[in-house]
Amino acid sequence: MTLEVVTFWALAILLVGSALAVVLTKNLFHSVLWLALALTGTAGVFLMLDAEFLAGVQILLYAGGVVTVVVFAIVVTERLVGTRLSHTSRSLWTGGAVAAAFLGLMLDALWRAPLSPIKIPMESDPTRLIGMDLMTRFLLPFELLAVLLLVSLLAASYLARPEE
Amino acid sequence: MGLHAYLALAAVVFSIGLFGVMTRRNTVGILLGIELMLNAVNINLVAFSRFHGEVTGMVLTVFAISITVAEVALGLAIVILLFRTRRTVMADHVDWLKG
Repeated sequence: MTLEVVTFWALAILLVGSALAVVLTKNLFHSVLWLALALTGTAGVFLMLDAEFLAGVQILLYAGGVVTVVVFAIVVTERLVGTRLSHTSRSLWTGGAVAAAFLGLMLDALWRAPLSPIKIPMESDPTRLIGMDLMTRFLLPFELLAVLLLVSLLAASYLARPEE
Repeated sequence: MGLHAYLALAAVVFSIGLFGVMTRRNTVGILLGIELMLNAVNINLVAFSRFHGEVTGMVLTVFAISITVAEVALGLAIVILLFRTRRTVMADHVDWLKG
């Protein structure tokens, strides 16, 4: 119990701290690196929730894939422009007020909601259950997802094609 | 830790992402804020799924992660295209639809 609480708070501080760094740091490249840390922290939260498969997917796809793609995009655009891209923020106070108001509403709603404090045991290993569900109940969405990935692959390579 | 704690953590991360989307000038910075928001949603899905002993939320998370990856690839392709045609990646400079 105590170990769980300590792990949760450590992950929460890591996640919130790196998320704040993503939106506040001045350097776009550092921003992306902080995002990688935040995504890895999320994988830790998934591990705490017994979702080992999702933690693996999170690290491989997000921290591995998404961050690499974003870094490539930054390198390409900076090479094209020849100077560092500015990465400033604007209307900090308005943005902060809206985000804080939203957070206040969410926390207030959470406080009043009757949520279960204990984990109901899963029927079996979550990874096994995810696999079973993907191949039975969610087979059609799963196949559609394959189509979506193909379409976005084609569209991305078409949009970013070299100029004739 | 109860379900409340996970949902509160997700709400905080979501708000930080919202702040980033509203304040960043660079389109890549806005995309990073969207990533944070989607990530918070995934935490919510997995937390509800685990605390209710029901795997559907985790399956939805698999879908959400895959769709996010597709979204990032397309978003960055659009950023590169935008950069090539307009020589800018600042969201403020992309206002040709303004009447």
